[in-house]
Amino acid sequence: MKRFRFNQQEIVFVVFAALFLAFSIFLNGFLTADNMLTLLQNVAVLGILGLAMAIVVIGRGIDLSLIATLAVPGGLVLQMVQNGHSLPASLLAAGLLSIAIGLVNGWLIAYAEVPPLFATLATGLFVAGLGQAALFQLDVVQWSDGMAGFERLGQGSILGIPTSIVMFAIACLVVFVLLRRTRWGAYIYAIGDNPFAARVTGIPSRPIVVLQYVLAALIGCFAGLVMAASVNSMPTRIFNSTLIYDVILVVVLGGIGLSGGRGGVVNVIIGTLLIGTMLNGMTILNIPYAGQNLIKGVVLLIAVITDTFLNPRNEETAQQGDI
Amino acid sequence: MLRAHQFACGIIAGLSFTSVAVPALAQQGLDEPFQKSFREALAGKTVAYVPVAMNFDLTEGWYAGLKKELEPYGVKFEIRDPNWNTNAGAQAVTSLISEKPAVMVIHNPDVQTYAKLLQRAENEGIYVIQINMGSAYRSSAFVGANWIEIGERQTEGVVKACEGKSNKIAVIQGALSAAASAYTLKGVENVLAKHPEIKVVSSQAADWDAAKAKAITQTVLKQNPDLCGIVGFWDGMDIGTAAAIKEAGLTGKVFLATSGGGERKGACELVKNGSFDLDMSYDVPTQAAQMAGTIKWLLSSGAKPGSIKGSEYTTLIPITKDNADSQTACWNLSDLKK
Repeated sequence: MKRFRFNQQEIVFVVFAALFLAFSIFLNGFLTADNMLTLLQNVAVLGILGLAMAIVVIGRGIDLSLIATLAVPGGLVLQMVQNGHSLPASLLAAGLLSIAIGLVNGWLIAYAEVPPLFATLATGLFVAGLGQAALFQLDVVQWSDGMAGFERLGQGSILGIPTSIVMFAIACLVVFVLLRRTRWGAYIYAIGDNPFAARVTGIPSRPIVVLQYVLAALIGCFAGLVMAASVNSMPTRIFNSTLIYDVILVVVLGGIGLSGGRGGVVNVIIGTLLIGTMLNGMTILNIPYAGQNLIKGVVLLIAVITDTFLNPRNEETAQQGDI
Repeated sequence: MLRAHQFACGIIAGLSFTSVAVPALAQQGLDEPFQKSFREALAGKTVAYVPVAMNFDLTEGWYAGLKKELEPYGVKFEIRDPNWNTNAGAQAVTSLISEKPAVMVIHNPDVQTYAKLLQRAENEGIYVIQINMGSAYRSSAFVGANWIEIGERQTEGVVKACEGKSNKIAVIQGALSAAASAYTLKGVENVLAKHPEIKVVSSQAADWDAAKAKAITQTVLKQNPDLCGIVGFWDGMDIGTAAAIKEAGLTGKVFLATSGGGERKGACELVKNGSFDLDMSYDVPTQAAQMAGTIKWLLSSGAKPGSIKGSEYTTLIPITKDNADSQTACWNLSDLKK
């Protein structure tokens, strides 16, 4: 007989549902269609980044250079247009730069066999430094006239739904199809579950690892463009912020284990919704910043502790490569 | 008669000759007694510059302005960029003390961290000029904005725009740890104390981050669509605030006051396109010129470092639609660097 057990994904969903219910009942103006759209819009970029991180984490890696690939290629587009280049040429340059970052990450991890934590930490620092030293005149790259029209990627709405939510939805769909409907996706799961078994069965595991990081970098670049369009500028200093922890939080909270091979797009959506609900509710309540961090930390701890109690680790379930 | 006439002509001619001849005598030149010692006092001296970070309009503008003013006199420039890292900054200041530059230009990250170090520097015979963010130690000179005044004048602008409207306002602060943000908030409170009719529906910190400012503003506007004004603490961050107002279709209905260094793309252009209604500018080139002037004065005075102390608070330029088009309200970083 199968014992009924909550896994982390369900626990987080229950926490999310409880919070959502509490806010809906006690908080005036929370449960309105407008506020729901705002809630989603505020976490759309975080969600897109979560998807990029999910691909890598499912393949038993981690990508700490993600915020640099959000900031630098996106900033490059704005800077090049400001310097008089055409928008398509700038977008192409940004795309190539992202692919290059992904290739370097992938090569370091798959072929040079550097642990992903260190490889991506270093490339992230390198890319951010490159942007600051060689590419940008100022940390905040301003919007210029040549970008006219491009702000529609992050502002305004399509059929009444804010564009950034639509972009998140498109990214979800693409990543879902990739992970669940293509052979490459199946390979990523196989490598994440057991890299040695995957290699023995003939899966081209090294090229697939490179592919993971290239995809993550491209999605990161896309998230950067949506963000830049939404705030009409690119604050490249975001690399120094704690955004990367929020991205990892979304992924892990949603139930994608850092040991790889488990989870998918749904987990990212659940993680994103939980963070979005917390942020939105606390902003409406006008809770001071320090208090917000405290509450975020407590909710995270509750989710993690509950998971540990309900699903204790043992020798059999613990996997190598756990962080 | 004819004689008399000729005589008169002769006198006039003679007079005009003398009037030409007198300056001709002075062409030997006169030595100005103080310029030589001034040049000697500056030549070969080192000025060390420690901003909180390079690569943003304020610190790049100060650097370019100082260089332009002082390098022609043979002043050497040294720059230490702690890149937002307070510890790295404190280390840079410590190592500079042992290198003994003539002047240190210091942009404090907060009130406490450098205070003791700056006192030590002046005891060691280094002039310390603090810019835009002062520390608890008062050094030879402070050149910079008065954050309290900025907060007050921004809030006055918002309160005025709210007359006859809902009287609901929001405050988007910077980072909680930054003293500039806390000082500005004090200015906001000063004005609000005089206007009990104004209700602050939200006062949140957005960490100088445009994306966070946008998220907060969107949520606040959904809850309070009748909001009449927002006080933002930095124009680089309030691009996000403005984007939220625009997306809600409330441009022109919600009065947005902010502040910054007055760089054209970040200030005037955004006031012109309606993103900001008021941008209190502390005009970076003027600040740089005042710093350079203070350095020249201190070096040529021969005063003992720390023996005289003074402040030069920047006269603020309120940028609104009325002056956003003018050549002088804003400045271009690229031109300043030329």
